[in-house]
Amino acid sequence: MATEPENLEHLVNRRYEHGFVTDIATESLPPGLDENVVRAISARKKEPEFMLEWRLQAYRQWLEMREPEWAHVHYPKIDYNDISYFAAPKSDDDRPKSLDEVDPKLLETYDKLGIPLHERARLAGVAVDAVFDSVSVATTFKKKLSEAGVIFCSFSEAVLEHPELVRKYLGSVVPRRDNFFAALNSAVFSDGSFVYIPKGVRCPMELSTYFRINAANTGQFERTLIIADEGSHVSYLEGCTAPMRDENQLHAAVVELVALKDAEIKYSTVQNWYPGDENGVGGIYNFVTKRGDCRGANSKISWTQVETGSAITWKYPSCLLRGDNSVGEFYSVAVANNMQQADTGTKMIHIGKDTSSTIVSKGISAGRAENAYRGLVRVMPQAHGARNHTQCDSLLIGKQCGAHTFPYMEIRNPTAKVEHEATTSKISADQLFYCRQRGISEEDAVNMIVNGFCKEVFKELPMEFAVEAQALLNVSLEGAVG
Amino acid sequence: MLDIKDLKSRIGESEILRGLSLAVKKGEVHAIMGPNGSGKSTLAQVVAGHEDYEVTGGTVDYNGQDLLELSPEERAREGIFLGFQYPVEIPGVNNAYLLKAAVNAKRKHQGLDEIDAFEFLKLAREKMALLGMDPKFLNRGVNEGFSGGEKKRNEILQMAMLEPKLAILDETDSGLDIDALKAVAEGVNALRDPERAIILVTHYQRLLDYVEPDYVHVLSHGKIVRSGDKTLALELEERGYDWLREAATG
Repeated sequence: MATEPENLEHLVNRRYEHGFVTDIATESLPPGLDENVVRAISARKKEPEFMLEWRLQAYRQWLEMREPEWAHVHYPKIDYNDISYFAAPKSDDDRPKSLDEVDPKLLETYDKLGIPLHERARLAGVAVDAVFDSVSVATTFKKKLSEAGVIFCSFSEAVLEHPELVRKYLGSVVPRRDNFFAALNSAVFSDGSFVYIPKGVRCPMELSTYFRINAANTGQFERTLIIADEGSHVSYLEGCTAPMRDENQLHAAVVELVALKDAEIKYSTVQNWYPGDENGVGGIYNFVTKRGDCRGANSKISWTQVETGSAITWKYPSCLLRGDNSVGEFYSVAVANNMQQADTGTKMIHIGKDTSSTIVSKGISAGRAENAYRGLVRVMPQAHGARNHTQCDSLLIGKQCGAHTFPYMEIRNPTAKVEHEATTSKISADQLFYCRQRGISEEDAVNMIVNGFCKEVFKELPMEFAVEAQALLNVSLEGAVG
Repeated sequence: MLDIKDLKSRIGESEILRGLSLAVKKGEVHAIMGPNGSGKSTLAQVVAGHEDYEVTGGTVDYNGQDLLELSPEERAREGIFLGFQYPVEIPGVNNAYLLKAAVNAKRKHQGLDEIDAFEFLKLAREKMALLGMDPKFLNRGVNEGFSGGEKKRNEILQMAMLEPKLAILDETDSGLDIDALKAVAEGVNALRDPERAIILVTHYQRLLDYVEPDYVHVLSHGKIVRSGDKTLALELEERGYDWLREAATG
């Protein structure tokens, strides 16, 4: 009974569901990157001088930096001059005021993705700031939010309408020269979301953005900034899908979160970029910098991510626990199938007193995929009473995949309590036979086991997202056994 | 119901079943006994459809169907239940969830609607009360951290929920203390039914003190070497297996 599950080897043959291309004329800049491109992007967005200056400095810093090579991922060298740094749907100049004015083709695309924008927004009470390519085309529920004093808009709009906030907080969590990809993003970021929750306000609804890459050969450089002022609370959902392509697409986003005193930010992601085919051709390079700053006392930032897509994922949503008693959380499910590579994890930097952090990472590897958890827990000398608990589990399906764990701990305060637990398990032939003997198909059995494995993370997701995530996981691993 | 003729099976290079024949009718309880390595568990696994066991000869007819043509899940949905000797743990998967999925897979196969959550819970609680099980069992991971006795009782619960036509209980008595053994035996007795056949695979006769079989078969070297009624089990208890083994090979 205890033999190796030979039949587990033939993995995922299902084609990527969202692999279609919407035929909308895009007004792109020609490929290549220099100062003029940075200026052109800024000019198109009619940005104020400070923004252009900020971008140019980032660009100059980027020129001096080198692409990181330490991650456990492999890919051909990226030619940054082969990428077009700006693409926007044609309607850019005349942006729709409501959904009725949105290009019907665009709406059709959302439908194919299973995101009936208005429906979803109406039924679920979710405000959707849908990013199509690089420019936001629809922002809903704005009125209700503005009544609460919440600002939720595209980043470009924030630069024009709320320059003082952008100026104050942009780059304050992820500095321009933080890393190679963050610097690149700072120079050429196209658009993204901006959220400001005023003092004492509990955001009346979950804020949600659906990202989608569309124009061929266009790197996506999203920039998201969320500020939760004192005593406020916000839950933000980010979900993405991308069409099927043969060329690799670079996605280098930056997300900055700022939680002031007593504030709480919950940031949830379902990432489903095109992973490439069974042989690893195509697929998105997802090199993302996400960081939250618990700037005030008793603040809390919680990251939850379900990562199923992308050819390569390089992503470490992190928390700087500066305020005393602040709390950082990271809940992650990362699935790597076929030739996918994932190097993901978190950093918890304990600076304030009595700060605590929780890390729950679930990695699932199938096919010939490589899945690495890389996490850092750093306790600074002044962080008395810091606590961390890390739980890091890997699940292997088949024999050709890999799971790797790279935990780093730097503890410089003797009062710190840091715990790390790690497990590696396999879906065994015995488990599958047991389920099948109870009448459950092999595929359903795998889904059941995988979902059971991920339960701790799924329960952190907002309800509707949890359902979506579960379905996505099932699709991602479909054919993983058979 | 089940008609096995001259069944031969091997795992890897080693031949385990060497021409086994057995006929089981509905309402009957058969005990399959025999020394270690005689092929008892293999018989159970082959009937359930484990793919590691290659069938090299013979036929198995199940209610007029060629059983060997069916996948394990199809056999299960057709009413064959295997109580495992070593039930696996499936961490994180809720016991109730597995049970419900199993019940619904069968119902779907029968063209019935899925059971709703309320109905399911009611049924599960009923069966658990019958087996003297704590309802908390339902919310634990499948066999996760269960004691030996709990695992076996859980198998009986699954059997009770799935109401199979043919239940094969593989060494359900092994590793149980006397109280657990009694509880499991009571569960099995409660499921005795004129429409249901039960095959008890066991090494020792002590289970048969509590579950009285209609027939006892002794397996040796992959064949049934002797069949009889329950007195055969008592004889084995007294004389051991060696005299039969000699009879079989000599």
